[in-house]
Amino acid sequence: MYTQSMDIPEAGADPVAASRSHTPMLEGNAGLAPQTRFDAVIDADGKIEPQDWMPDAYRKTLVRQISQHAHSEIIGMQPEGNWISRAPSLKRKAILIAKVQDEGGHGLYLYSAAETLGTSRDQMLDALHAGKAKYSSIFNYPTLTWADVGVIGWLVDGAAIMNQIPLCRCTYGPYARAMIRICKEESFHQRQGYENLLTMMRGTAAQQTMVQDAVNRWWWPVLAMFGPPDADSPNTAQATRWGIKRISNDGLRQRFVDATVPQAKVLGVTLPDPDLKWNDATQQHDYGAIDWNEFWTTVNGNGPCNKERLNTRVKAHNDGQWVRDAALAYAAKQKARAMKEAA
Amino acid sequence: MTTAQTEWPLWEVFVRSKQGLEHKHCGSLHAVDAAQALQMARDVYTRRQEGVSIWVVPSSAITASAPDTKAEFFDPAGDKIYRHPTFYTIPDEVGHM
Amino acid sequence: MGVAANSQVNYLLHLADNALILGQRDAEWCGHGPVLEEDIAMANISLDLIGQARLLYQHVADLQADGATEDSLAYFRDPDEFRNYTLLELPHFPSATGPLAGTASAERDYATAIVRNFLYSALMQLLWPALEQSTDAQLAAIAARAAKEVRYHLRHSRDWLVRMGDGTDESHQRVQSALNHLMPYTQEFWTPSEAELEALRLGVGPDVASLRPQWDDLVNEALTEATLKRPSDIGYITQGKNRQHSEHLGYVLGDMQVLARQHPGAQW
Repeated sequence: MYTQSMDIPEAGADPVAASRSHTPMLEGNAGLAPQTRFDAVIDADGKIEPQDWMPDAYRKTLVRQISQHAHSEIIGMQPEGNWISRAPSLKRKAILIAKVQDEGGHGLYLYSAAETLGTSRDQMLDALHAGKAKYSSIFNYPTLTWADVGVIGWLVDGAAIMNQIPLCRCTYGPYARAMIRICKEESFHQRQGYENLLTMMRGTAAQQTMVQDAVNRWWWPVLAMFGPPDADSPNTAQATRWGIKRISNDGLRQRFVDATVPQAKVLGVTLPDPDLKWNDATQQHDYGAIDWNEFWTTVNGNGPCNKERLNTRVKAHNDGQWVRDAALAYAAKQKARAMKEAA
Repeated sequence: MTTAQTEWPLWEVFVRSKQGLEHKHCGSLHAVDAAQALQMARDVYTRRQEGVSIWVVPSSAITASAPDTKAEFFDPAGDKIYRHPTFYTIPDEVGHM
Repeated sequence: MGVAANSQVNYLLHLADNALILGQRDAEWCGHGPVLEEDIAMANISLDLIGQARLLYQHVADLQADGATEDSLAYFRDPDEFRNYTLLELPHFPSATGPLAGTASAERDYATAIVRNFLYSALMQLLWPALEQSTDAQLAAIAARAAKEVRYHLRHSRDWLVRMGDGTDESHQRVQSALNHLMPYTQEFWTPSEAELEALRLGVGPDVASLRPQWDDLVNEALTEATLKRPSDIGYITQGKNRQHSEHLGYVLGDMQVLARQHPGAQW
């Protein structure tokens, strides 16, 4: 899910310019030429590890995809985080804090994985704060009620899981391992969101109305999360060849719709699509047209909360500069003291 | 040559989840010193576990064997585990790179 | 809500309210911390505190046996029924001009958060182990678990206190300001409330004034290492545990309780 932006052309600095692999091309000397070995690993569905030779384009694509995924986790802490203080029960408050904390942790695992490719956390954050890096634009929508929190768990995390499970088999070792760790923790997220909604749908009329309203607002943006239709996604072929992208945007979207319709039925909510219906011939659900204009408007910076989401990150980062500097200064002093004592 | 570094150093984290198993590499994090790295590793990588053992090592302190594909004439003293910008010190005059 | 005079309920509520209000304040940092690793650390601390609050409220609900639940106690009591230290309801702002708001992201200061956590954790590091000897077996069990948690909370805040105090000039000034602002609020720790006196009489809680020398030692040692000056703690003695709060608690609870109160009786 968070990888939708992979297909979007990106302006801005190349984060890996400083760290190009400089293994020379070996011609029949110590074995296979690096490109040949790389291709063989990819074809055999093996793993590329940080010290291995890899094409620059593979490295760049991964840095962009993994860092965007990481940024999405961090930005994603905000829409739900906004409801921590108002959670209507202590149990829900604790669950929500744990969930948002997990998202921070997932961002951290992913920044770690990206750093193995030659970029640094600061470089990636600079790109985000300067508006040069993308993040999943689903987080540019507002959480207006408590039911939104449940819907994000059910639909947004549900969509994320759909995308993330195939990534556990991605060819780049550190990314695949980070995804496995994330997937283990993610199933709790979707379950708690769904359970939250189930409780409300079995509750008061006001709670039921709240849930249906939230579903009405989030359904279409969630469908768009999987990215533009396959026909409009030029990079899919190369990413698929490299074992980075396993299933196409439309493929994932279809799977998600088919999985979600029965869940909605159990909840007792109506999905806001009059064209949504089961197709016996294809054994799939047909669904209505997504408003791609709205999607691109949001992705390109003019959605409801883009400014707030980014400004919040920039502010936290800037306000925290003195704290980070203090820690570094103290560590440097301690090091100097230790050296003095040893002398 | 001094580091023009404002970023917290990178540490690799190894966790042994149970007595009898070996420590496994989980990932990395940024911290200013070992004590902080340990505390953070506990928060980030062992949130749901009790009784684990954690090792933290500055990433730059790890020496790796060269992958099979690399020619002998590359640094025989050993390689870095990956190319992180802060593993390499840059002269102040060169500025931010 | 009628409470028996010879009961430790009010004392338990004091402990629970402390944990809840500080957990609520610390959770404000989720997504806004100075570095991602600290977001995760603060969230852990907040979760521990809310967990303590839940166990304590549940114990109160069991004792009262009048239909109260952890949520009715947390969400449907008014500010003048809360018994937390005033120290814990303050916004993360290093002076008395802090905003009157449930949460106020534009004004958060990490030094204030750290110093407050340190001053409180230093107390609880002494109090929880004492409570493991409580005649209230359930409270003793909760205290055993909380004692483990507070060791980490204290280490986290103490380490940061030292880094800030002995870091840069700017961090030193900021943490000294926060300390100057918050120290007078700790006076409230030492004069026992009626609830604390009742708890002492029942063997449920300790003589809290007896913890003061050790607390002073702990604090002074940390401040020295942090190159900070211990400020005077003279000033108005706050009465939060006696149910007279600062103006801040109304805003904290207004934010915290609003949704639950909009749907009385609803299950979540």
